[in-house]
This record gives sequence, C-alpha cells and structure tokens, in this order.
Amino acid sequence: MSKSYPTGSYPSDSVGLVSPQVFHFDEPLTLRSGKVLAEYELVVETYGELNQDRSNAILICHALSGDHHAAGYHSWDDKKPGWWDSSIGPGKAIDTNLFHVVCLNNLGGCSGSTGPTSINPATGKFYGPDFPIVTVRDWVNSQVRLADRLGIAKWAAIIGGSLGGMQVLRWAISYPERLHHAVAIASAPKLSAQNIAFNEVARQSITGDPNFHQGRYLEHGTYPKRGLMLARMVGHITYLSENAMNSKFGKAFEGLAEEGNNFGRDLRSGKLSFDMAVDFQVESYLHYQGERFSENFDANTYLLMTKALDYFDPSVDYEGDLSKAFERSTCKFMLMSFSTDWRFPPIRSREIVNTLLKAKQQVSYIEIEADQGHDAFLLPIPRYIAAMSAYLNRVHQEIVTDAS
Amino acid sequence: MRADLKLIQDWINPNSRVLDLGCGDGSLLLYLKETKNIIGTGLEIDTAKIEKCLANGITVIEQNLDQDLSNFQSNSFDTVLLAQTLQALSKPDVLIDQMLRIGKNCIVTFPNFGHWKSRLHLSSKGRMPVSKFMPYQWYDTPNIHFCTVKDFDMLCQEKGIQVLTRTVVNSQYQSNWSTNLWPNLMGEIAIYHITRN
Repeated sequence: MSKSYPTGSYPSDSVGLVSPQVFHFDEPLTLRSGKVLAEYELVVETYGELNQDRSNAILICHALSGDHHAAGYHSWDDKKPGWWDSSIGPGKAIDTNLFHVVCLNNLGGCSGSTGPTSINPATGKFYGPDFPIVTVRDWVNSQVRLADRLGIAKWAAIIGGSLGGMQVLRWAISYPERLHHAVAIASAPKLSAQNIAFNEVARQSITGDPNFHQGRYLEHGTYPKRGLMLARMVGHITYLSENAMNSKFGKAFEGLAEEGNNFGRDLRSGKLSFDMAVDFQVESYLHYQGERFSENFDANTYLLMTKALDYFDPSVDYEGDLSKAFERSTCKFMLMSFSTDWRFPPIRSREIVNTLLKAKQQVSYIEIEADQGHDAFLLPIPRYIAAMSAYLNRVHQEIVTDAS
Repeated sequence: MRADLKLIQDWINPNSRVLDLGCGDGSLLLYLKETKNIIGTGLEIDTAKIEKCLANGITVIEQNLDQDLSNFQSNSFDTVLLAQTLQALSKPDVLIDQMLRIGKNCIVTFPNFGHWKSRLHLSSKGRMPVSKFMPYQWYDTPNIHFCTVKDFDMLCQEKGIQVLTRTVVNSQYQSNWSTNLWPNLMGEIAIYHITRN
C-alpha cells in the first residue's frame, strides 16, 4: 500500500503536492448537546479546480481516524499519500480533472481543526476532556458553514465511507437543498449493539490507562499510549474480515517448527515460545498497527469519534421512523457495501436502501464482492472504483456539462 | 427504437414511477426517461449491466428477483415491468403477486413455449427445443419455468388477475393475422398488461 516514490516523481494520477488551509469561524456553534463552541477553526484541503459557476464541488467526509489529507502529498519526502488517494486524483474514481474536491478535518479532530489538542481560549490550556461531545449533526452544521465560506451553494456530491457515510446521510436529511448526490459507502443507519460494545471496549482501554489522567494527559506531558494502542487493535480487528486476516497471516507453513503446529497461522520465530511472548504474526501486526496509531492520534479525539458514532441515529427526531427523516430529501442516493464487511455489513446498507425506498427516494445500490472487510472502502477494488467512476462521471455530465 | 418498447410505451404514463425488474443495462428505463420523463428504478444482478446503468444515470439496485421484494412498499410504483425474465425465476407466480402488490399496473413479457416450432421440435425430435431464440441446452438453461400463452392465461384466471391487454407477436415483435388468430401457436413473445382485479 505505502509505495514510496523518488523525490519529485509522483504517479501521474496523483494530485501531487498539496497544502492545507485553515478557516477561522467566529460565529458561535451551538452543539446538539446544548454546549456552544464560541469560535473554532477547520483545516481543509482541496484538489482540482472549482469551475466558474461553482457547480462541480464534491465534499469528502472522513471516517473515525481520517482527516483533511485525503489525497496527494504534503512534502516530497512523504512516504504515503493521503488516506483516500486510491480514489481521488486526475482520472481516478473521484476525478480531480472534473471535480473540485474538498476535504476537512472534523471538529474534535486532532489534525488541525479545533479539538481536544487545541488551546481552549477560555482557560489558555488544552481543551483535553473539556472539549464538548460533537455529533454527526454538529459536524454537518460546521461543514455547511465551510460551504458558505467557500461559496458552494450546492455540492455536486457528498461522499463518505463508514462514519463519513453517516455525515452524507445527515446532509441529505438536514440540508436537502445543498446537494445533488449523496454517496454513502459501507455505512449504517445507526450502530448496532455490537458496534457500540466494541466502541465501549476501546473507550475503557483508553480511560483505564494510568497515563490518561482524566483526559488531561497533555498537561502531564504524557499520553495513554497503551490504552490507545489497545483501542486501535480492537478496532482494527473489526475492520478486517476473517478471510483478510487469514490471507495475510494464515498461509505460510514454511516457518513451522518440528515440535510446533502453527494452527494455520504464521509463527513469528518458527517455534512456540511457551510463554506470553508474541508467537504469531497476527499479534505483532496488531501491535505494530496499534503502536503506530497511538503515536499519531489523540486519545480524546478517539473517544469523541466513538461517541459520535454511538449517537448517530437520525430517526430519533422522527418517532424512530428513519424513512420520515428522508422525506424532504431531494438528492439522488448511491449506496455501496462490501460482502465481508462485518462492522457495517451489507445488510446495514440495505436497511438504508429500504428506508429510502419507503421514503420514495431515488437510490442506487451495489454490493461489492471483496475479501478485505470494512477496510475495503479505502482500497482500489476494481468493481468499486469502476462503479464510483461511472456514477460520478454521469454526475458531472448531468450537473456541469448539461447545465452549461 | 427497440421493438418491445414500441409496444408497451402507450401503457406508461408521463411522469409516472416505473420499476423495471431485471432492467439489464437500463436502456428501457433510459428510453422512458427521455420520452416520458418517468422516474425509474431498475433491479439487476449482472455487475457489468449495473455499471452501464450507473453510467447512464439510471437508478439501479443490485437485488435478486428470486429473493422477496418485501422491501418495496405496496403501490409505490405506477408500473412494474418484467421483460423476458419470467421463465428464469424460481417462483414466477410469487413474483407476479409481488409485482401486482408494488405496482398499480404491470407489464410482463415472456417467450411463448407453445409456439409451433417448440411443439414441432419436441414432437418430431423428442428433445427439448433449442433455437436461436432459446439457445440453451436443458441442463444449462437459465430458463427453468417455461410457459405458454394458455398457461399464463390460466394463471391470471386462477389468481383473479385482470388482463388489460394481451399482445402476442413474432420474434421481431410484430403481430400479424396468424399471431392474432392462433396466438398460442404462432406467437413467439407474449406481452401482457395486467392489474389487480
């Protein structure tokens, strides 16, 4: 995945070098919780040109651990491009030759937008645990202000996977006049009890870490590394399918020691340790993933993101009937799911599809055979890319070419 | 224009909601969208055809017709179409019921197994008919529920389905004196416009 390119030579379908912009907002934002953010900043990246009538803009909504850096490189030395570089770029599924693509770091994030690692102007200290709980609705409200600032009256499309897809749905419900197309990938109408359970394990790991200090770890010059690591390890397991794990770790028998049996899983050293050391490749893989994540992500942000997930349920304002929430929507919908995703499996996307049908909305839906589990939405799976590409090219034709 | 479109287009009202079961590449819905401004949705399972629908701006849902259509609300569409797919379904009668529930009226087209060539093939050769129009062997055919015009008439009668129009045509979608006179013998394709009684 992480190819590195020699200095100055990025692949021709990359957006190349990009730099984020910061937008400051002075108008207080009242959150769903009733709390108010007096002022805040959003960090944003854009790719591709905005056309003259400002009709070709696409908003990308990120998922739990994403940020504004969706495509391209920040410096010539970057080893990896943005998190959705496989889909965003010239000639790619979200084609920057056709569209002006906007991606922001959501409020409460830790990549430059106002969040727990920002200084609270009221105290002069880090927000830390005092940063208010933000919900999908709050994010969308802040994204609307960003759209106003950018002069984008109506998005050609809003696209997001997972938690990003939930933001897409919220736009369609709350701001129907502001988007033509809603593309929600590997998403869900609300979390299942199992989803919330996994999130709670993640939260308990973080808050139980002795370095958590009730969330004020930055003031103590430390961070709950171990807790964040565990949270990510659990999360990571839910992003992969059993097959994906097996094909990553379950094949190699070469390392099998005579006295050992690798049970169809890769042994790290060739033999069993008969102590609590790491025996299998999958263990060290998870350790590595967790460790790397913990060094680059804020624990309070992780807690906030899991709460935003847990709280998402647009039907609460409509007596539990989600179809009523969509009755005012005017955009067209495109939903996609992946066969082995067990975090937000196809049945959850079909729930949304059926709800939209009930609300007499126009919805397209495809179910993509893919072995990679929930992670598939970030990967260049041929059918997925082809379908998104076909859909968005048509969107461009409808909204930009036909209209002019 | 596709010959089958010509025959059914008068049954589709402008600006109506149309559900096409087994919509293929969406060409029928596209035509109706362009000429009648319909709001269409297609169901399809062939991934290449689905992609063509998306490229054409046709709303399409990946859904198997052999699974139940309970996700579609009653009376949620004006017209439900089923073109040349009836014979490939595992429970065609159940799907007809579903269509009539979802749509205010339905259009069903199917190859007429009662056509004289099929009868001749079976009676003279003693083998299942294979033709240009039905090119499969008995073991690999997707067409598992062939019926004749008479059979379908019977089904409508048993279910109390009202037949608004029945047209029986040759493989070029043309009717003539012989298909009019002996539909079950001379017709190759049957086109029914039906509704609940």
